[in-house]
Amino acid sequence: MHVDIDIAYVARLARLGLSAEELSFYRDQLGVILEHAAKVQEVDTEGFEATAHPLGIVNQFRPDEIRPSLDRVEVLAAAPATEGVYFVVPPALEG
Amino acid sequence: MADFTIASAGSALAAGEISATELLDSVLARASLTEADLHSFLTIDHEGAQAAAAASNERLRRGQSRGPLEGVPLAVKDNFCTRNLETTCGSKILFGYRPPYDATAVARLRAAGAVLVGKTNCDEFAMGSSTENSAFGPTRNPWNPERVPGGSSGGSAAAVAVGSVLGAFGSDTGGSIRQPAALCGVVGFKPTYGLVSRYGLVAFASSLDQIGPFARTVGDALTLFEAVAGHDPLDATSYQGPVPEIRPTLAEGVSGLRVGIVRELGGEGYDAEVAAATSAMVDNLADEGAKVSEVSLPSFEVALSVYYLIAPAECSANLARFDGVRYGLRVAGETVEEMMARTRAEGFGPEVTRRILLGTYALSAGYYDAFYGKAQKVRSRLIAEMATVFEQADVLVSPTSPTTAFELGAKTQDPLAMYLSDVCTIPANLAGTPAISVPIGLDSAGLPIGFQIMAPALGEKVMFQTAKAVEALANFDARPPLAVSP
Repeated sequence: MHVDIDIAYVARLARLGLSAEELSFYRDQLGVILEHAAKVQEVDTEGFEATAHPLGIVNQFRPDEIRPSLDRVEVLAAAPATEGVYFVVPPALEG
Repeated sequence: MADFTIASAGSALAAGEISATELLDSVLARASLTEADLHSFLTIDHEGAQAAAAASNERLRRGQSRGPLEGVPLAVKDNFCTRNLETTCGSKILFGYRPPYDATAVARLRAAGAVLVGKTNCDEFAMGSSTENSAFGPTRNPWNPERVPGGSSGGSAAAVAVGSVLGAFGSDTGGSIRQPAALCGVVGFKPTYGLVSRYGLVAFASSLDQIGPFARTVGDALTLFEAVAGHDPLDATSYQGPVPEIRPTLAEGVSGLRVGIVRELGGEGYDAEVAAATSAMVDNLADEGAKVSEVSLPSFEVALSVYYLIAPAECSANLARFDGVRYGLRVAGETVEEMMARTRAEGFGPEVTRRILLGTYALSAGYYDAFYGKAQKVRSRLIAEMATVFEQADVLVSPTSPTTAFELGAKTQDPLAMYLSDVCTIPANLAGTPAISVPIGLDSAGLPIGFQIMAPALGEKVMFQTAKAVEALANFDARPPLAVSP
């Protein structure tokens, strides 16, 4: 099975700023891997639901108790840019 | 002393024949001899380990030992969060990151009195089968430095093989504990999904990831597992029932056990010597009274395809968190999107980039049903087939990997060839079932061969019982050339 991939669109969705050469390289490799992976489409899965948890465990809850969270100063110390108690990022919207 | 097992070191420590500090110094001496060739560690925490050993000495002196891991030097893979100790996952994007908390498994090891020596090398974010995808350079195989140690937990496997630690932990998403254990000649165990908390394990594919131990003996692997297993409210996928009781029946042997040979895990692509060693071990098990039969699981033929849709899909979602905002690398950009795209392109290596792209594609509108959705249904079919086969067999056996350790660089240009080295280990991840690799011999090139035993979910008791019998039958006591006594 031949697989068409709009690699630039996929890279944009994944927030990966790749060069034209890199995009072409990965498009070719993904094509080969997806042709192999497309074998799943030949399997009869009539009557099977998608797996959500291998042991079938659903919706575990723990008691709603107040516990200490991570220390804010320590967490912020790992960030590339902060101001006061905030993470700092470049503009998300055009001004 | 670096040639101690955990059990023998524990006895010597308890009897006061050695101190935790002496034991630590001896494994550090071993590491200093082997690391230049191996590169199994990314970080060695000399200061923290010495302090932990001193605290162990004090408890041992007062008769307050915390159990079988008291004073035992161990390592964990670099994708386990360790408080204030660098945790990179083998990635440039997390270079220098010091987590503000310990993973639950790490916290439990510390509470058990273990001495954490350091963090082991791995394929970037645990994606790979050779440890060549580490941003900080590959780990090499202690049996032959021209060969890979397997992966992704290659550093943990190699460190245990040479005695730089007496035991170690890794994570297994598609075979990342069992395959390197096989290639390095040590025991590697992936527990039932949910038996060990994933809290603080940097997520790759959450429905497949499971933490497990590396050790030189089956008994040591069990000791390590017991220290970390059990429900954790911080991991919503953690199993709430009791941990299976394994030790009381560990030495009961295989007489009367039904052993299934998986037809689909053999034939083309398998080394003749690996196949022969596997058959010989099966014959030995039959001689011990096991009832051996061949079983067939047709879905195993497509397990690799299923895996390479589900794992990348989950990886693409999990790795979205590395965006240059809260931790790790940031590459400047005019807008937040440009900053994120540049950071991720710069910070992730080729295999991680490939899998993020693959997963993003498999989840994208128009392709979701044909790829990810379909793969999850085939997975359910595979789980159902395994449940049926486990009505006829107590355990399933196979090679752990189709080949022994391959040469560095042999598969780095061909992702599909690399993926095929996990063909025997992937089904247990898809089904969430336990599986263990036990070394059973060397091939004619002097490279270790691993034997895999699989059991149904929560079937660790019978799996360990079989593993213990295989260990006794194999009597594998060879040591890698790099594990020379100083």
